Amino acid sequence: MQLTLKIWRQSSAESTGFFEKYIVDNVTADMSFFEMLDMLNNDLIKQNKSPIVFDHDCREGICGTCGLVINGRAHGPLKGVTACQLHMRTFKNGETLTVEPWRAKSFKVIKDLAVDRQAFDKIMEAGGYISVKTGGAPDANAMPIFKENADEAFDSATCIGCGACVAACKNSSAMLFVGAKVNQYAQLPQGQVEHSKRVKNMVEAMDSAGFGNCTNTGACEAECPKEISISNIIKLNKEYLKFH
Amino acid sequence: MKSLDSKIPNGDLVSKWSQHKFNLNLVNPSNKKKYTVIVVGTGLAGASAAATMAELGYNVLAFSYHESPRRAHSIAAQGGINAAKNYQNDGDSVFRLFYDTIKGGDYRSREANVYRLAELSSNIIDQCAAQGVPFAREYGGHLANRSFGGAQVSRTFYARGQTGQQLLLGAYSALIRQMNLKTVKFFPRHEMLDLVTIDGHAKGIIARNLLTGDIQSYPANAVVLATGGYGNVFYLSTNAMASNVTASWRAHKKGALFANPCFTQIHPTCIPVSSNHQSKLTLMSESLRNDGRVWVPKKKNDLRDPNQISEEERDYYLERLYPSFGNLVPRDVASRRAKEMCDNGFGVGNTRLAVYLDFKDVIAKQGKNWVAEKYGNLFDMYHQITGESPYEKPMMIYPAVHYTMGGLWVDYNLMSNIPGLYVTGEANFSDHGANRLGASALMQGLADGYFILPYTIGDYLAKESSALNSTHEEYQNGVQFCNEQIKNMLSIKGNKTVDDLHKELGKIMWDYVGMSRNKSNLELALKQIPSIREDFWNNVNIPGTGKEFNPELEKAGRLADFIELGELMAKDALNREESCGGHFREEHQTDDNEAKRNDENYSFVAAWEYVKEKESIMHKEQLIFENVKLATRSYK
Repeated sequence: MQLTLKIWRQSSAESTGFFEKYIVDNVTADMSFFEMLDMLNNDLIKQNKSPIVFDHDCREGICGTCGLVINGRAHGPLKGVTACQLHMRTFKNGETLTVEPWRAKSFKVIKDLAVDRQAFDKIMEAGGYISVKTGGAPDANAMPIFKENADEAFDSATCIGCGACVAACKNSSAMLFVGAKVNQYAQLPQGQVEHSKRVKNMVEAMDSAGFGNCTNTGACEAECPKEISISNIIKLNKEYLKFH
Repeated sequence: MKSLDSKIPNGDLVSKWSQHKFNLNLVNPSNKKKYTVIVVGTGLAGASAAATMAELGYNVLAFSYHESPRRAHSIAAQGGINAAKNYQNDGDSVFRLFYDTIKGGDYRSREANVYRLAELSSNIIDQCAAQGVPFAREYGGHLANRSFGGAQVSRTFYARGQTGQQLLLGAYSALIRQMNLKTVKFFPRHEMLDLVTIDGHAKGIIARNLLTGDIQSYPANAVVLATGGYGNVFYLSTNAMASNVTASWRAHKKGALFANPCFTQIHPTCIPVSSNHQSKLTLMSESLRNDGRVWVPKKKNDLRDPNQISEEERDYYLERLYPSFGNLVPRDVASRRAKEMCDNGFGVGNTRLAVYLDFKDVIAKQGKNWVAEKYGNLFDMYHQITGESPYEKPMMIYPAVHYTMGGLWVDYNLMSNIPGLYVTGEANFSDHGANRLGASALMQGLADGYFILPYTIGDYLAKESSALNSTHEEYQNGVQFCNEQIKNMLSIKGNKTVDDLHKELGKIMWDYVGMSRNKSNLELALKQIPSIREDFWNNVNIPGTGKEFNPELEKAGRLADFIELGELMAKDALNREESCGGHFREEHQTDDNEAKRNDENYSFVAAWEYVKEKESIMHKEQLIFENVKLATRSYK
């Protein structure tokens, strides 16, 4: 296959970015999207041009490091799939693909397609935990938990913190990210003690990091590679109202 | 030869750890904050250690080359974590987990360490449940278990196929809580480039800010390396792209001994290589072998659609060869047999380097929904990568490099031979011998970080002054050394990319130092690797500068270390004239092609000392078995 790529190039947070066009040949269907970028980068280096910087690590769709907007879609066109798991069989010979970084005020571009997502860690610092010290935990079976609750907690906990929800949202809202963490702990008895404080602190941290609010467009749910339900946002709002 | 004191406490196996904890020196609570401890790496072993030491009151500096601790590759562990809870009432016990792990490791690990690991396994589950880790549960609300290779009890706790992710997020939550309390200072996107030693003691690190290229020294009273394994020496592995040996290797060059480097684990159930563009391999959890059946066609080069091949024409070779463990034999055995089948012409798929893992029987018996609930995300991942659905066609799998049992040598306290340098998790060599059992890596990382290191590090610090001389020349020397190395690499401007050279190294490692090894191939590797090293230092082309975000430069530094490590691995493999666990020497096998150990001459840990511009020197730590009888491992 041959593809035309229009890739966002930006040398630093301060500089102005632009799209650069690349023609890539010899793309095969079983290649991953990132393997195609690897191949392009290898060629660019050989031509003494600067390779395209993009964040990636596990390439198994679980670490949350990668994130690109491909043809306007966070993580590309497939549902429930991270950019690193996207394979070229998804695309057709001769297609043009536009590749951009996450665009949000709270995620500054570091270089090319890599962005700074430390705002997520700041939100987590504000309350994304249960305050339990190492040692002294009771026997794990001492506290039975309804399977339904455990399963729902798990569904929320599958968030990989990639930021696609923010990138997809016209308001750059992080409410799906925050809602998923709040709801994970809300489902579990061990999460109850700090619950009200957690909701308040995480929402405040989210606001002060500059993320917008939810206006129910559902883009986050549609683009989340882990298909986390927008009902997490409804629950977040409910919990927030309950206590404040 | 250095004398290696493993510092295994006296007394009977069962009470060693509790007695040892009592004997360890303590640091007064009000003095702990005067001590600075650096933790490099924030995966399971690092995040748990950093959080726990901060809870205790130490001043902790945590470093990661990732943007956030949650990105560490512990996150990719799928299947589960072992613990001797015996919730299933199926005869499990601390001693059984200990025994299975020693046997699974083919009798090349320390009894005392492994027993302690088994002993602490239950605490880990309690700790994680208290943190809100959403483990799988039964309808009665209690924790569920499943079986894993090398065990005949169900002791593996899990969170669907994402156990590593959930445990890492638990450790991350503990760490981030301490970051909020300002007891841990986290340095994201900082890579350790060197260890600083003063008067023989570890006194800090040199690290590079990956965004700005700024190289600085960070003084500390002790340093913990929790930097993971070195599987990427093979280029293709299931490790994350950035996983590397640099922190360990540079500590090795500063005097830390590297133990059993040739003990690498090849995982049997990975998605096969499809083309030479492939950048990494993807694991399919071992838990799939609970319900999936491994087979190849009985006829060589049988290219029919697998669904057209009748039961009579299939060879379920693991069930045939190992009736008692069947598809759940340990990883090294399953991998070697898959290779053997393919080498003998029974392989399937385009490359013939694959065997089938078939779920048709369990789908027929339990239904598709039952299978989807248990393995859904793995099936989806497989479908995504290969374009085929395992609900309809058997998976194709082939072994791939997955984990490294070797690592920096540590004593019972997890301290290397450099006082003040501790090594935890996959980065050390300690608990898995020559083969790690499934669901034991998560267990070891968390046991080290939550429950062992926080005790043992106090014993060292209690005897050390908390004063640090940050103006000591060793810090400046270290910064200068690292700056010069980067300058040298950047100035080469040759005609090969880092990836080109890494692929060349990987091919040598896989062909000659991979799943099956022999003397002549290892000697070939020892001849070829130095020429790759030379090629690297003459021909590598690294774009950009050292004063910017430059991932190619990071990769180059890591590759330089992998090349040197690769040579040591081949040397270690050549030296070990026996087969054990993941180390299979073709010259040493039984009549039915099983690994043949040589306990009389090789029941030791090979700990290698780096000597500048000379051959590495091997030191031996003899392994003493008082509680288990050395036997030929049999899973028949």
